[in-house]
Amino acid sequence: MNSIVARLPQTGSIIALLCYLMWPMSVHAESGAHADNGGVAESFAQEERVQEANHDDFPALLAELATASFPRKVALVNELQLRGWPGVRDALAGLLEGDLYYQQDDADTVRVYVVSAQGDAVTLFDPVTQQILERDAMTGLRRITTNNPLRRNLRGAVARFDLQDASPAVRRDAVAELRRGLDDATIALLRAQQAHETHRGVARDIDVALALHDLEDADVAVRLAALEVLSGELGNDVYNRVQRLLATDASGEPLEPDAAVRQMAGRAIERIEQRRSFFGFLETLFFGLSFGSVLVLAAIGLAITFGVMGVINMAHGELIMIGAYTSYVVQLLMPNQIGVAILVAVPAAFMVSGLVGVLIERGVVRFLYGRPLETLLATFGISLILQQLVRTIFSPLNRQVQTPDWMSGLLRFNDVFAITYNRLYVLIFMFIVFALLWLVMHRTSLGLKVRAVSQNRAMARAMGVRSDRIDALTFGLGSGIAGVAGVALSLLTNVGPNMGQAYIIDSFMVVVFGGVGNLWGTLIGGLSLGLGTKLVEPHVGAVMAKILMLVFIILFIQKRKQGLFPQKGRSAEGH
Amino acid sequence: MKTRSLLSKIAGVCMAASAALGMTAAQADTIKVGVLHSLSGTMAISETTLKDTILMLIEEQNRKGGLLGKQLEAVVVDPASNWPLFAERSRELLQRHNVDVVFGCWTSVSRKAVLPVFEELNGLLFYPVQYEGEESSRNVIYTGAAPNQQAIPAVDYLMNDMGIERWVLAGTDYVYPRTTNRILEAYLKSKGVKDEDIMINYTPFGHSDWQSIVSDIKRFGSAGKPTAVVSTINGDANVPFYNELSNQQVSAEDIPVVAFSVGEEELSGIDARNLVGHLSAWNYFMSIESDQNAEFIKNWHAFIGDTNRVTNDPMEAHYIGFNLWAQAVEKAGTTDVDKVRSALYGLEVPNLTGGTATLLPNHHITKPVFIGEIRADGQYDVVWQTDGEVPGDAWSSYLPGSKDIKADWVELECGNYNTKTKKCAGQNY
Repeated sequence: MNSIVARLPQTGSIIALLCYLMWPMSVHAESGAHADNGGVAESFAQEERVQEANHDDFPALLAELATASFPRKVALVNELQLRGWPGVRDALAGLLEGDLYYQQDDADTVRVYVVSAQGDAVTLFDPVTQQILERDAMTGLRRITTNNPLRRNLRGAVARFDLQDASPAVRRDAVAELRRGLDDATIALLRAQQAHETHRGVARDIDVALALHDLEDADVAVRLAALEVLSGELGNDVYNRVQRLLATDASGEPLEPDAAVRQMAGRAIERIEQRRSFFGFLETLFFGLSFGSVLVLAAIGLAITFGVMGVINMAHGELIMIGAYTSYVVQLLMPNQIGVAILVAVPAAFMVSGLVGVLIERGVVRFLYGRPLETLLATFGISLILQQLVRTIFSPLNRQVQTPDWMSGLLRFNDVFAITYNRLYVLIFMFIVFALLWLVMHRTSLGLKVRAVSQNRAMARAMGVRSDRIDALTFGLGSGIAGVAGVALSLLTNVGPNMGQAYIIDSFMVVVFGGVGNLWGTLIGGLSLGLGTKLVEPHVGAVMAKILMLVFIILFIQKRKQGLFPQKGRSAEGH
Repeated sequence: MKTRSLLSKIAGVCMAASAALGMTAAQADTIKVGVLHSLSGTMAISETTLKDTILMLIEEQNRKGGLLGKQLEAVVVDPASNWPLFAERSRELLQRHNVDVVFGCWTSVSRKAVLPVFEELNGLLFYPVQYEGEESSRNVIYTGAAPNQQAIPAVDYLMNDMGIERWVLAGTDYVYPRTTNRILEAYLKSKGVKDEDIMINYTPFGHSDWQSIVSDIKRFGSAGKPTAVVSTINGDANVPFYNELSNQQVSAEDIPVVAFSVGEEELSGIDARNLVGHLSAWNYFMSIESDQNAEFIKNWHAFIGDTNRVTNDPMEAHYIGFNLWAQAVEKAGTTDVDKVRSALYGLEVPNLTGGTATLLPNHHITKPVFIGEIRADGQYDVVWQTDGEVPGDAWSSYLPGSKDIKADWVELECGNYNTKTKKCAGQNY
């Protein structure tokens, strides 16, 4: 909505101009012919009622739209979209976005406005008079409600206007939208646009849409030409439409009379299916890597505290949770810059979780070195305390961490293969965290001391390493990394007091599978467990996939007690 | 009338006596209301709100002078989302605290855990959550929706008004989704839907990686027929599920999701802007305009001290249940479970959406059914509703095993009477 009003002063006149340009074309399109655009079977009775209503003025149509029933609204939208009044597109787009409001005065006159509210200031745009009014409250304004069939219709209606838009991207979206409901009126509209379309991409999209329509043509040559146009396409509508050429009727006779057309359609289907299964496999691989990246992120902090230090830290999940809550709090502090807030949250979560980690180590764990059972119980207790603490401070309800716009949506490669941005960023983020951690462990003096203490505490002390300080710092490092993982997870899943519980088992599993004390083991272990799960999941279902993964790990640990990458040499004896 | 006046006299004497005896006696002479909701663990997210609702209703009732001249006293215990602990805590409520009524439970498994305790000790439980049916216990009043008051009307709406032909039944792997999906599958098939047009998918509790499942749903929905997802996904798993839907750009206009476990409260943890148009089926929505609802919301905000808090369907169920019980106690003139139970049958109380809820002999109530579409602000627009209230059906008529079974605690004194063999099947539920 904001975008519409923001555009209004500059582009209001352009839109009005476009609407006038639309006028002659719209007359060709018969009233009511667009009714099945949304795929909803509109009854004839409704179409008749539209004609009965036959309002010839914009305000009256809008006024009726305000309070009509949903089927009636669909009919009214179909009526409106054929009119060339300026402001029709604004009104329809406003209704689609849920920003169209109406106000009823004492004399029962209904006025309809496109409303945008920013803080206390309310801006009203009157689509009839094209004037902008300012208000300081929403009082008296009631929203015009929509439902799914109506919104689907509205998208088609707005797309008809957008087909004339100056931006090729908008035009492409409009063609894609119109492809969903190809009736004669839409085809006429597309043909008219094709005649003077200058952008090649848009022209190609329109060709495909027209070809889809041409498959129903009586002329065999036209059908063959249409199949030729469609030969490079992967889209679902193309697939389904071409598939229908191969269908047979009840007696086994093919519905498509021409053998050449059938043969060509058969080849097209085969090719689409091949490419689909290829991209389907790519998609599964990406899902697996992305699931694996979540496992690695959750486990990598534990790879330090459990893997390197040997502390069974049952509160690890809660350190992740604290990181996630940190990103929630940072977002609360910076409500207008959620994108920046996420970036700020990463170091903040590292500090907070790291600090909590140091406190746990100094307060509890250090008294229990060498007593794994007691450590397990004590850290389990800490995990319950942390959970209840968060429940008391933030309430037991889940908190919402907003995803910045650049992290939502799809990176689309073609009609059948697209990957989600948030998963892609988390995957990249995981590699960055891993690389940094590896550098810390292998290229800094802290890392050197950590490894020294974990390999031979007595010798390290003899060399002048303050082992208790190193213990605290190592535990803090592992905890801080868990907090950083929490920030990433807060964008993917629930932020609630129990979120840590969901990751603790998986984390231990990854560390044990990868080989205790080995960062690479955690990386490879996590990614391969993720891939494995996602490869079997489509065949056996999510519940069974989880069971199979656990069974696999049990069997694997039987064979290789030290995991994928066992520690070798003298350091292994320390454990 | 006689008993009533006698009782009020006794109450008067008691109050005088308590005034004389001081605090201890005053505490002894209250009506005790047990509250059995998890305040910690996974279910705390949903159940804490219900505990607060009951506390609010008790406070209001006490302000009106309590019941039978006595004040109500809440006994709150925390079963910590731990099913065996539910049974222990309910035993504690009934035996140690001698509560007169219990409001509680959320998950079906917790209800199943406390059933034997309530039946053994003859307690009275008001259960406020929509559930799978196939049960009618002498000692439980089901104020949430049975499948015919939520799932079946929702599927009808999708089939008749939206023209849906292909169905994904997605649920969390436990008793409520499994039974509901069994009923829905039988129902869809009875309406002529073919096997290949139904996809059933179960996921573990708290499932968080929905990529492949959403991708499967997309593929299933791209066969050219209108497709919808009927979701019985429970609790926390919904947030990542909806996030994945919006990320993979599955819009409600292409593949609408109708959910039976997602309401205003769950949506308050999700950015609802990307979910506009997805559906929920409930018997109450916060956005429904009625005088009772406006007052309930006002009281709730005042009680909880936060005007951003939402109300939801199970809260309304507790509101109805509490008022039913209070009215029955007034009518029976006692809190004795058996007498209250006989007083309950046929009682009518207003619900929050402008209608009335009647308690039926099968221990379920009448409820209107609403289908709402999610709005950008996390509230719902009602797009469809039943003409009037739908009576709750304890035993589904679409499952072969339960078709002939009937629950009637007034005439048959039985929760599972087989109309074919004319026998009551022994156990109480």
